[in-house]
Amino acid sequence: MKSHLILSIVAKFLIPLVLLFAFYVQFHGDFGPGGGFQAGVIFAAAVILHLLVFGHAATEHFIPTAVLKIGAALGVLIYAGVGVASLLAGGRYLDYDVLADNAVAGQHLGILLVEAGVGITVAAVMILLAYSFQQRGHDA
Amino acid sequence: MISLLLLLFLAITAIAIVRSRDTLTAVMLTGLSSLISACLFLLLDAADVAFTEAAVGAGISTLLMLAALHAVAPVRPQPRRVAWPALIVVLLCGGLLAYGTLDLPPFGAAENPVHQHVGNHYLEQTEREIGVPNVVTAVLASYRGFDTLGEVVVVFTAGLAVLLLIGRPRRKDEERDAR
Repeated sequence: MKSHLILSIVAKFLIPLVLLFAFYVQFHGDFGPGGGFQAGVIFAAAVILHLLVFGHAATEHFIPTAVLKIGAALGVLIYAGVGVASLLAGGRYLDYDVLADNAVAGQHLGILLVEAGVGITVAAVMILLAYSFQQRGHDA
Repeated sequence: MISLLLLLFLAITAIAIVRSRDTLTAVMLTGLSSLISACLFLLLDAADVAFTEAAVGAGISTLLMLAALHAVAPVRPQPRRVAWPALIVVLLCGGLLAYGTLDLPPFGAAENPVHQHVGNHYLEQTEREIGVPNVVTAVLASYRGFDTLGEVVVVFTAGLAVLLLIGRPRRKDEERDAR
């Protein structure tokens, strides 16, 4: 992929912006449209753009497959763990009211953590899918 | 007016997808149809849904389809012919669905059942109970937290399935079979 000079320069410009936008969507989901699903997908799109332009070896250098496998499981674990935490704090499963001193602060904390779990799992799974297809294409 | 125009574009895109003989063209047109759907959702004031459709439908699934096309051997275009049983089934199903819409309550009317159930509680109490301005996020992450947990598990399971199917390098005997 050395010949695509324009593609690689444009991608270098775009990828940081897309990543920044992903984090904005992740953490601004309480106030505007967005949330974990969209943020995870946008993050993955930036990484997949990197994958398409610079190839598998370059992308895997930054985000190894092992990290993604852990991330995919970690997101689900965070989400389910918030539920267990609210059980332990004396509430019902996924009832965030009891997570902090007052109900609204607890809800904010719960939603933040849960959305983070969603974002991590979605991003990791999407990038893993792209890695798998890319690798399959090379050795086929 | 603009909705009708977009719907027309959507129908044209759908027909173009069905009629295109080239898989790459079909994938690109699928992305386009997702983008048009996202515009339609935005016109219906469903910003979150439009956002998801644009990011997932037009963005990532088009990319993944391209990656999948890259991974499989090119498909030789089949000669065009009309499959009559399939056409009859599709027309019948479509006709029944269109007939079913006749019974639906009027679009957007305040007394529709969907607006009489828990929706009012969410709209009125989110400010007090959750304290976030975006009611969609409150419903998704808090009121309907169980559903969203299920959705995340579905995404995770799908990822696992793909890894199990194609995540490892091909064995020697598979290489032979593939040729």
